[in-house]
Amino acid sequence: MISNIITGKVWKFSDNISTDLIMPGFAALSRPDLSPEEAAQYCMYSNRPDWAAMVQKGDVIIAGKNFGCGSSRPASRILKTLGIDLVVAESIARIFFRNSINLGLPVLTCLNILDAFDEGDIIEANISTGEIKNLTSGKTILGEALPEDSPPMEILRAGGIIPMLENEKCI
Amino acid sequence: MGMTMVEKILATHSGRDQVVPGEYVWAKIDETNAMTDTFEDLERLGVKKVWDPDKVYCVSDHSAPPANIGTAEEVRKLREYIKKYKIKNWFEYGRHGIVHQINPEMGFVRPGELIAMIDSHSTTYGAFNAASCAIYMDAVYVLITGKLWFKVPETIRFDICGKLPEFCMGKDIILKIAGLYGTDIAIYKAVEFMGPTIKDLSLSGRWTICNMAAEIGSKFAIMEADEKVFDFLKGRTDKPYIPVSPDPDAAYCQRYTVDVTNMSPMVACPHDPSNVKPVEEVKGIKIQQALVGSCTNGRLEDFEMAARIIKGKKVHPDVRLLVIPASMEVWRAAMHAGYFDTLTEAGALICHPTCGPCAGQHLGVLASGERCISTTNRNFQGRMGSPQSEVYLANPATVTASAIAGQIADPREA
Ligand code: SF4
Repeated sequence: MISNIITGKVWKFSDNISTDLIMPGFAALSRPDLSPEEAAQYCMYSNRPDWAAMVQKGDVIIAGKNFGCGSSRPASRILKTLGIDLVVAESIARIFFRNSINLGLPVLTCLNILDAFDEGDIIEANISTGEIKNLTSGKTILGEALPEDSPPMEILRAGGIIPMLENEKCI
Repeated sequence: MGMTMVEKILATHSGRDQVVPGEYVWAKIDETNAMTDTFEDLERLGVKKVWDPDKVYCVSDHSAPPANIGTAEEVRKLREYIKKYKIKNWFEYGRHGIVHQINPEMGFVRPGELIAMIDSHSTTYGAFNAASCAIYMDAVYVLITGKLWFKVPETIRFDICGKLPEFCMGKDIILKIAGLYGTDIAIYKAVEFMGPTIKDLSLSGRWTICNMAAEIGSKFAIMEADEKVFDFLKGRTDKPYIPVSPDPDAAYCQRYTVDVTNMSPMVACPHDPSNVKPVEEVKGIKIQQALVGSCTNGRLEDFEMAARIIKGKKVHPDVRLLVIPASMEVWRAAMHAGYFDTLTEAGALICHPTCGPCAGQHLGVLASGERCISTTNRNFQGRMGSPQSEVYLANPATVTASAIAGQIADPREA
């Protein structure tokens, strides 16, 4: 189960953060011998090599346009392994969106998210209403929430596609 | 109200007469694929059989054959799962190819079908008039139920007109579109490519365009089927199929007309597929590697172009030209056509079908400071190796002309 309200410290990223950056092929694809935790240390290696080591459990990513563009590799899993609890971006690439829902990582779309936060600010996001608060500055903005009765929301609430399949006992 | 091609396919597959953008549907899937971790999920869930083993396709292409022990273990497990779950459609090395090449070749892709495949370039099958999209984690759901949820997307229509100039190919059309409209224009949207230029274009060129439609964010990319598609499918499939066309009153969220008359061969500069310039503006940039291959441009037409450009010339001494056919069928056809002779005489290296350096895994990974001009589809930072390397994307003519010159070159002057 995923709770409606997610609070955490914000890391800021720009536009077009690709899955090649989040989950580099040279570490995550060519090296199945690495443990998930080891592979996750290469997250953003090309654009921000010191970042993965600084992330703490419960942190939140905010980003510009087209977050997670590119390959269908399960980049959301890397972010979850690092402890990221939520991604809010101006727009989110479709496969990344779908992978995130299926892995139980909440993602929200919100225009102007980057203007509303400085890195290190504390965010409080309600994933069912789309309401996003900057607890540091006191500002509130509205993101796009998933409809309550939509399949993606059902999957997210179950904690991902595997827990949902287990619950449904359709197997 | 009329429907677009993707709306029609989603309607027929969800048992409805009509669907409208924005609504959620559960639809039957005609083909899917699976990877080792998909089977591991199945096993963890205690699932003993998949919904229809004949509709599941398994390929090992990303670093094929394995380049290290870790990958070898993955492929070994995949082979075991394939036996366990009675999947017949598995392609062992030597009879294999890159997924987006071998699936159409094996007749698994038909007009009017709904396909969901693990791999971001699954939009490729739209060249065969199928609605096909990329999935990953959902594959386990499809393997169990044969169904998947979709939010019916809005459709963007591109009408392509004008005669494509010599040395321009399908690749240049999609690069031009990415350059004009950006890499996020079609996120969550379906894209229809229509117009006389698409009709005149080779099937291979269409294949390239629908493949790279992933680079503008498309959920689905689709074209109408015609004789070129029907001829290709002849002898490859005996399943009946019903092609779809858009209704004249279909609703589009956006419509664009792109005129290709007088266009130049296009080059996407680092590190974004929409950072596109005409070749004359990037001429002279030194390169160390050139690559003709991948699911984007690894077909016979592409090697024919490469051979035509390089015949009687030599690869520049400071450059390695990698030639990587997308499947064994293409490999054999290129060999029989004599292209390998021409290319190796010029000093090119012919490799076996694999994704290889396209995803930075083996056979030509880039070192820091190296630059590659490539017919592949992505030039994100670190995609082909070192984060300090650079990838330029272009068509096979431009790539080959550049391999000869040792720097980015205009194929019209080669
Ligand atoms: S050739 Fe490149 S783009 Fe195509 S499937 Fe392989 S890795 Fe992906």
